[in-house]
Amino acid sequence: MHAPDGFINAPVSAVAGLAAAGAIAVSLRGARRELDEKTAPLAGLVAAFIFAVQMLNFPVGAGTSGHLLGGALAAILVGPYTGVLCVSVVLLMQAVLFADGGLTALGVNITTMAITTTIVAYALFRGLVTVLPRTRRSMTASAFVAALVSVPASAVVFTLLYAVGGTTDVSLGKVATAMVGVHVLIGVGEAVITALTVGAVVAVRPDLVHGARGLRQRLKLRVNGELVDAPDTSVPEPVPAAARSRRTLWITGLVTSLVLAGFVSFYASADPDGLEKVATDHGIDKKAEEHALADSPLADYGVEDVDDARLSGGLAGVLGVGATVVAGSGVFWVVRRRRTDDRRTDDRRTDDRADAGSPTDVSV
Amino acid sequence: MGAGHAHRLYRHGHSPVHALPPHTKLAAVLAFVVVVVSTPREAMWAFAVYAGLLGLVAYTARVPAGFLLKRLLIEVPFVAFAVLLPFVAEGERVGVLGLSLSVNGLWGAWNVLAKGTLGVAASVLLASTTELRELLLGLQRLRLPPLLVQIASFMVRYGDVITDELRRMRIARESRGFEARGVRHWGVLAKSAGALFIRSYERGERVHLAMVSRGYAGSMPVIDEVTASRAQWSYALALPCAALVVCLLGWAL
Repeated sequence: MHAPDGFINAPVSAVAGLAAAGAIAVSLRGARRELDEKTAPLAGLVAAFIFAVQMLNFPVGAGTSGHLLGGALAAILVGPYTGVLCVSVVLLMQAVLFADGGLTALGVNITTMAITTTIVAYALFRGLVTVLPRTRRSMTASAFVAALVSVPASAVVFTLLYAVGGTTDVSLGKVATAMVGVHVLIGVGEAVITALTVGAVVAVRPDLVHGARGLRQRLKLRVNGELVDAPDTSVPEPVPAAARSRRTLWITGLVTSLVLAGFVSFYASADPDGLEKVATDHGIDKKAEEHALADSPLADYGVEDVDDARLSGGLAGVLGVGATVVAGSGVFWVVRRRRTDDRRTDDRRTDDRADAGSPTDVSV
Repeated sequence: MGAGHAHRLYRHGHSPVHALPPHTKLAAVLAFVVVVVSTPREAMWAFAVYAGLLGLVAYTARVPAGFLLKRLLIEVPFVAFAVLLPFVAEGERVGVLGLSLSVNGLWGAWNVLAKGTLGVAASVLLASTTELRELLLGLQRLRLPPLLVQIASFMVRYGDVITDELRRMRIARESRGFEARGVRHWGVLAKSAGALFIRSYERGERVHLAMVSRGYAGSMPVIDEVTASRAQWSYALALPCAALVVCLLGWAL
């Protein structure tokens, strides 16, 4: 879905171009931190791979066939930074060499197809991989979900850009329905292919899959026809153990709150809680205004259009827990991320000091 | 690397347009497309003048019209979209041949078609008169981040190699009697894609080691520095400047 020139008006194209340039600058820095001076050859070859794999036709039947878009695949295989770079370079080269997608629409195309798909897919994939058990199957399942959501997400962003700077007065509802509808279908195909491809790579070289770092199988030895765990010769790291116990804690907590919210609230009292009771008794609540979100689908802890009050309350509970977990872990992740970044820069500073002391400065 | 040193769109020649430094051409095409996009769609005559200007460039570059028109076919999916627009857009409607069409949609379709076609034609002219390596050098001269240019140059340099690898895998599959007919065969194709990724990544590692052993330290040496004289710049920028005059006239009239 390469937008041509003149599809989105000039100011919005310019803004999208600036956004794309900013994202690429951040990715350049991030990729260099991950890959050092290996960035250029590795990212270049992966970009060539994305370019080639878009030519691999997957027959759908009845003579039609589709191909991979590759954003989600790139994000999972080589990480978000390098992924954004690879897909952006493919789009740039397609625009300059093959006239596929307009030059002024390049910012729009990069924003929707490189940045949105990569970030959405990677965030989802990492989130699912941390929650699910560490097996190959959950890896494939996470890749499936990540790719499935990433394609309609890019369609949604395109629709937003169109809403702001579209050159034709088509009703937004129609554009959104058509774009998202078509892209959900494309997303299903993309998801199947991405999941199968990631599964194939994880089966052979799990160390190459960026999103699967930490998924390491223990070495097994075959002794008298039986598989035995090899004696652990490496120095045991304290961090993974802590992470594992934390994961158990996590899953237990999540399951408990889901059960509480979804199932126990089924039997909970429908009477007003203490504060509400006091308020009604004393007539305080006469002044209480309806909440601004009273019309929201989750208003009053019930799901709209679900008639059974208890079922509705339970469903709302489950949805609420989900939303809270997503928002909470998002904040937590950002904070922890920043903290580790700070620590890393500190480390580098001490490294630099150590390097400055050494007589020969060899960079390899 | 036995692969060709030119891309599919390139057309070898010795015209004045071929001889221009690449970054002047890139800047000119970009400026031209920006001007075209910001022209009001009601000024239909302006787009005809733009097409004339591009025709003039094609004539100077000795790119035959048939070649240019054939390359324009890449636009076909959006032509289909543009044809749909008059039927779905809102607003005042007008009856044409018994069909009720939206006036706004007709303008929108014209807008997308005209600007899209001119943009594609300009890009095709650029690609058919500029060699691949020159194009990358031009991007670098236009202050694109060097790392991005390096990634792009590795992509185009190894694009043919990786595509050939994919072709050999297809031949190997087919010579064993495999034929992908439907969704059931996606597993095999996806395994090919996975194998291709591993091969590409490992090739990247080998390429990097080979480069390091030849003294690579993060940046590529530029051997043929291209500079553009003022005459060359003015020659290249004649196209967008002419277009700008037309655009301003379009707004004024």
